[in-house]
Amino acid sequence: MSTNSKKKPNSTPTLEFKSSNFSVPVLALSGDDLITIEQQLIEKASLAPDFFKNLPVVIDLQASNKLNCVIDIAELTAVIKKAGLLPIGIRGGNAQQNKQALELLIPVYSVNSATNSDEPQKQTAPDPAPETDIRDTSTMLITQPIRSGQRIYATGDLIITSQVSSGAEIMAEGNIHVYNTLRGRASAGIQGNKDARIFCFDLQAELISVAGNYKVSEDIDASIRNKPVQIYLQNQALIIQDLLQHH
Amino acid sequence: MARIIVVTSGKGGVGKTTTSAAIAMGLAKKGHKTAVIDFDVGLRNLDLIMGCERRVVYDFVNVINGEATLNQALIRDKNCNQLYILPASQTRDKDALSQEGVGKILDELKKEFKYIVCDSPAGIEKGAHLAMYYADDAFIVTNPEVSSVRDSDRMLGILSSKSRRAELNEEPIKEYLLLSRYSPDRVKLGEMLSVEDVQDILSLHLLGVIPESKSVLNASNSGMPVILDEKSDAGQAYADIVDRYLGEDRPHRFIDEDKGFFRKLFGGK
Repeated sequence: MSTNSKKKPNSTPTLEFKSSNFSVPVLALSGDDLITIEQQLIEKASLAPDFFKNLPVVIDLQASNKLNCVIDIAELTAVIKKAGLLPIGIRGGNAQQNKQALELLIPVYSVNSATNSDEPQKQTAPDPAPETDIRDTSTMLITQPIRSGQRIYATGDLIITSQVSSGAEIMAEGNIHVYNTLRGRASAGIQGNKDARIFCFDLQAELISVAGNYKVSEDIDASIRNKPVQIYLQNQALIIQDLLQHH
Repeated sequence: MARIIVVTSGKGGVGKTTTSAAIAMGLAKKGHKTAVIDFDVGLRNLDLIMGCERRVVYDFVNVINGEATLNQALIRDKNCNQLYILPASQTRDKDALSQEGVGKILDELKKEFKYIVCDSPAGIEKGAHLAMYYADDAFIVTNPEVSSVRDSDRMLGILSSKSRRAELNEEPIKEYLLLSRYSPDRVKLGEMLSVEDVQDILSLHLLGVIPESKSVLNASNSGMPVILDEKSDAGQAYADIVDRYLGEDRPHRFIDEDKGFFRKLFGGK
């Protein structure tokens, strides 16, 4: 910010670098038979053609390289493109694969620390994963308090058994469950899932949002505060419902 | 095994340095060799509270820069020979501290001392970050008002995500709540948050409540840690806190307003 302003441009800037997060599917390969890969890709794509058409993917070669599979990046990307997907990066490749990718102008990503375990990505060591986003769509469970200033992003559902402090921000592409007091900001269905819901034991939130429809603390009716509630969207309106009153 | 204790809060003026001085003195008086370090480079105060400001030759930054040895910089307390003070530099700023430099000094101190108390500066920037980075235990000093509580909450988040223990995925820092400048009368009038309110927001183990007390100001002015004033309520509160920290069972005091006795005690002072 400050380095920009020092330059005193005589015209208004036409570009700006911003930091932003994207959720990108990862295509994990565990074999090197391109014909099988192509068949399975086309099979998958036919299930939801709209979803897979021009879908950006990052190719994950960790597993296949561990199995000593020989994968040529040029051939592989051709197969993926043929299936209608757009490879936008690789990760977990060996030196030669990384070089090949860069020659094809495909970026090389480092393997995310959240998934650096040896075994499959699901239940790994019981580490308390603070502030990191785990790149699979399974449920994220957090048992520690979320303190003011902390941000949590879950690509699937988010379950928190401890309190969420005011000034904290929790976000999930799926549902949010807080089995304690919710004082911070909570956004469910952050990628636009209108069926996502927020559940909490004690509503004292600063802001609640489902698929971009939000209410700030001031707009939350006093009758529903400090109560166990569920929050969902109905005809574009955010409904806050007392869980104990309704059946 | 040496323990590194950070006394921190986020917010300024809540009593971090008073607390650092008191608990360091309390631990030392219990026979544990203790060092207390002032991390507030550029705004040093610990030397004043400990009454050693006229004996400062070398400081924390000199040791980090290799301009003095640790033994040259450590000042032995005049009241307790088990207690040493490492003062901050007044002529430098927080950038003079480096993570490696701090780590090296703490490693060296750990060989000789049982407890190392790190008096954190206010804020969440470099000085506060370095003060808590290597900690094993954290004393969160909070005043019973909303902004202090929120800042403490923010600091707790930083402790659980940015400390060495968090980065190495080790057992998390043990966090303790010290509620300072507590006045039961004002709680009753609704001017202050109660112990329950604060614990509800922070959900933290309460190590002790330190009452609002004239004795704290008197102690600061005379350069004697308030824990040495054994007759004062604040001094007793800190003594209880040290005992509880060391695993002894002490019932909580100074929470209810029926302590007219103490007010009389101070009325006479």
